[in-house]
Amino acid sequence: MARAVSTRRKIGFTVAAWVVALLIFFPILYTIITSFKSETEAIAGFSLVPSGTLESYAEVQAQSNYFKFFLNSVVIAVGSTILALLIAIPAAWSMAFSPTKRTKDILMWMLSTKMMPAVAVLVPIYLIFRDANLLDTRIGLTVMLMLINLPIVVWMLYTYFREIPGEILEAARMDGATLWGEIVHVLTPMAVPGIASTMLLNIILAWNEAFWTIRLTTTNAAPLTAFIASFSSPQGLFWAKLSAASTLAIAPILIMGWFSQRQLVRGLTFGAVK
Amino acid sequence: MATRQTSSLARLMMAPSVILLFIWMIVPLAMTLWFSFQNYNLLNPANVSFAGLFNYKFFYTDPAFFQSIWNTLVLVVGVLLITVVGGIALALLLDQPMFGQGIVRILVISPFFVMPPVAALVWKNMIMHPGYGVFADIAKFFGAQPVDWFAQYPLFSIIIIVAWQWLPFATLILLTALQSLDGEQKEAAEMDGAGFVSRFIYLTIPHISRAITVVILIQTIFLLGVYAEILVTTNGGPGYASTNLPFLIYRTALLGYDVGGASAGGIIAVILANIVAFFLMRAVGKNLDK
Amino acid sequence: MKLNTLFLGLCGASALAFAAHAETITIATVNNGDMVRMQKLTDDFTAKNPDIQLEWVTLEENVLRERVTTDIATKGGQYDVMTIGTYEVPIWAKQQWLLPLDNLGADYDAADIIPAIAGGLSADGKLYAAPFYGESSFVMYRKDLMEKAGLTMPDAPTWDFIADAARKMTDRAADINGICLRGKAGWGENMAFLTAMSNSFGARWFDEKWQPQFDQPEWKKTLQFYVDLMKDAGPSGASSNGFNENLALFQQGKCGMWIDATVAASFVSNPKDSTVADKVGYALAPDTGLGKRGNWLWAWSLGIPAGTQKAEAAQKFVSWATGKGYLDLVASKEGWANVPPGTRTSLYNNPEYQKAAPFAKMTLDSINSADPTKPTVKPVPYVGVQFVAIPEFQGLGTTVGQLFSAALAGQSSVDDALAGAQTAAVREMTRAGYIK
Repeated sequence: MARAVSTRRKIGFTVAAWVVALLIFFPILYTIITSFKSETEAIAGFSLVPSGTLESYAEVQAQSNYFKFFLNSVVIAVGSTILALLIAIPAAWSMAFSPTKRTKDILMWMLSTKMMPAVAVLVPIYLIFRDANLLDTRIGLTVMLMLINLPIVVWMLYTYFREIPGEILEAARMDGATLWGEIVHVLTPMAVPGIASTMLLNIILAWNEAFWTIRLTTTNAAPLTAFIASFSSPQGLFWAKLSAASTLAIAPILIMGWFSQRQLVRGLTFGAVK
Repeated sequence: MATRQTSSLARLMMAPSVILLFIWMIVPLAMTLWFSFQNYNLLNPANVSFAGLFNYKFFYTDPAFFQSIWNTLVLVVGVLLITVVGGIALALLLDQPMFGQGIVRILVISPFFVMPPVAALVWKNMIMHPGYGVFADIAKFFGAQPVDWFAQYPLFSIIIIVAWQWLPFATLILLTALQSLDGEQKEAAEMDGAGFVSRFIYLTIPHISRAITVVILIQTIFLLGVYAEILVTTNGGPGYASTNLPFLIYRTALLGYDVGGASAGGIIAVILANIVAFFLMRAVGKNLDK
Repeated sequence: MKLNTLFLGLCGASALAFAAHAETITIATVNNGDMVRMQKLTDDFTAKNPDIQLEWVTLEENVLRERVTTDIATKGGQYDVMTIGTYEVPIWAKQQWLLPLDNLGADYDAADIIPAIAGGLSADGKLYAAPFYGESSFVMYRKDLMEKAGLTMPDAPTWDFIADAARKMTDRAADINGICLRGKAGWGENMAFLTAMSNSFGARWFDEKWQPQFDQPEWKKTLQFYVDLMKDAGPSGASSNGFNENLALFQQGKCGMWIDATVAASFVSNPKDSTVADKVGYALAPDTGLGKRGNWLWAWSLGIPAGTQKAEAAQKFVSWATGKGYLDLVASKEGWANVPPGTRTSLYNNPEYQKAAPFAKMTLDSINSADPTKPTVKPVPYVGVQFVAIPEFQGLGTTVGQLFSAALAGQSSVDDALAGAQTAAVREMTRAGYIK
């Protein structure tokens, strides 16, 4: 009897959850479907069954070389993330394990650096980039995105490291572990999930950054956000083409997100869980 | 001795990020501050002169100024409301036993991976378009007049789009928090005959309150800067109905090429954001210390 | 693994930098159909100029404008050729940011460029940008619906006729709107249309002393006429319709008339995309008998920034892309109907083009009837038909566009919108030092 009730409940929850999930996913699904339609189909009214044509993809590829943009996106997103982690891990570490009175203030101050609206500093930054010969370079953009996301990275790592019980460290120290040994044998294994999810989140944020990546690049360093900017609002409604370009731009990160979902979730607590 | 060593080591470890962020903050800020006192139009570089506080006065007396601040707040609060309430509901739902939980979760978090311009384009063209959008198709199916979202409810439409992008983030964090709720505690409460509502109020909410503040904090920082979605969909209109502060600065900076005015606007935005942040941080900071 | 990718990527970047020594010119361009077609045809150019490689940056109009303006004003030096419009050229030429195009080759035949277009791209008698594609605006209408309404479209209609016809053609039950016009806010969106329309009503943006004129009866008449007409005969959701949206509406047979860019004619008459291809007629933009018509003038043109190191190669490219040879090249590969219109008189004298493009004569007449140097009935201190060629216009035009789109959406009255526009314009012009 009880089992029957719980099965019925489970079915009920399943139906509800699937309905909600599909509603939320629908805009993405519909974009993917539309990308396999012809242009006339795309504006012909609601339909979930495309004719399956690949002509939009062919046209998109003929107009811009997707792989060049894709490669730039990968390099910039991954590069800025690694750089940010290298700089943030020591900082978050020391904040978490030798906190001072000012630790919290420093953290909050770091977050507040994100509050300057990007458009307001475009001209100063453009001038700096021009003088440093960084315009349209992957290095310039990598550093830029690293700086933008650094506060979030420090914050996330800090909250994660703080959950690592201090007693373990002390116990290791008692056993005569050196600082290096402490790091390699005790802390790293405990910190890896947090670092992994921080890394994933940062890659997502860097991949999707759409202001500086367009304004500071021309050809050599232009990532997928610039690719999209060449397909939005042309003369005429080319929704199938736009959908194909959109699908191409979000697919890599979407697939990465799907596969690494578990790792992403595990560390994505921002200290929210005691 | 040992502690002094560790504390200087700690400082050393913090130094790179603090120094980098400090430079990253202070250099653009100083340049922006400098430009904000100049009459400097990018298209007329020969005519640069000292402007005193005129740029500030000009920005502040913009007919759209107060509405843009109001719109910024409405946008932030609106999105927060939808994402927090919706996120809690979704997290509760996803926490239940069901078939295909993994796939459901993947579907729910997907919008977070979509870059903002793509999200705005998709919603504008394929979902909310009064002629060809899915909403219009649904309305027509029921014989109703399609709603012209961006003309009739411009700010609300933008809130929907932005909320769609951030709902997964809130759901994820809240779900993680929910899952850490002790099963035994739940059962004990159930044994005591506590109904769903009272369990929710007295057990669940206190447990996830920290997660909620984190969601609010992180999202607010991003939401204060939303402008790409507005640019793609309504261009700030009709009237000033969907002009927020970043869009107003965008209009000054990249349509008017008024570097002085945009810089003054940027400084004003930083000050306002810090006021918001101050209250937010105090509330959140308290909650996080618990 | 990831470090590896990064490393490979960096190597790739430097490899690209080395390959660039064969003189690569970087071209910033807009993502419209003609420009995209040109990218596909560049093999012809590189075959003739093996020492020049082309790098393309294709962006949508607004982002393109932001990018090239920021770059040229800060001397960023990212581009060797920029695609710009008739709005930018006079402003940039005045700042000496553009190289005068005096080395386009012997067979370029600059005299063949349509005079109205050349005028808009020249300063002090020197050409500063070469037109790749030019357009005016005119009326496109459905012959069948016009007949059904018992009317005949004259070649040069008046606004009263248009309004009357629009109301008679409207059939809400059949989802047919008498007229589709731009309503989406933006200086290049609704304000392009409304500014051109206001010219035919005798209105102007500024008087000779740069005093904004939105408090004058001519503007009130223009805006009231537009709002009333759209309320009675326009499509729903008009306040978010731009060129693209109206094009789709017209192609699907939902508009009786549409006043917009002449280039649209080749889309609406193309049976592949348009359900009404064989039923479209064309007429000049309407007037009110004051001597000016409500049509604009625009040309996407190629300009060369003054700071470039590769001026010679850049001029070669500009000459190729805007020369007569390019028109023949497109015609031979894709047919005369796909040739970029509106730049050369010889094209309009070509019988093959006239046959392929039934709207050719009307397009040329429209272009010729627009005069950027004398756009209005009353005298004005500025250049530009559907814009005012001053740096402040983009921002101001967009603000006014927002206010007017609110009036169209019914969220504010015509009077309030005009009063708001006047305040905004006085403010901006005082700040910029035009009003002393």
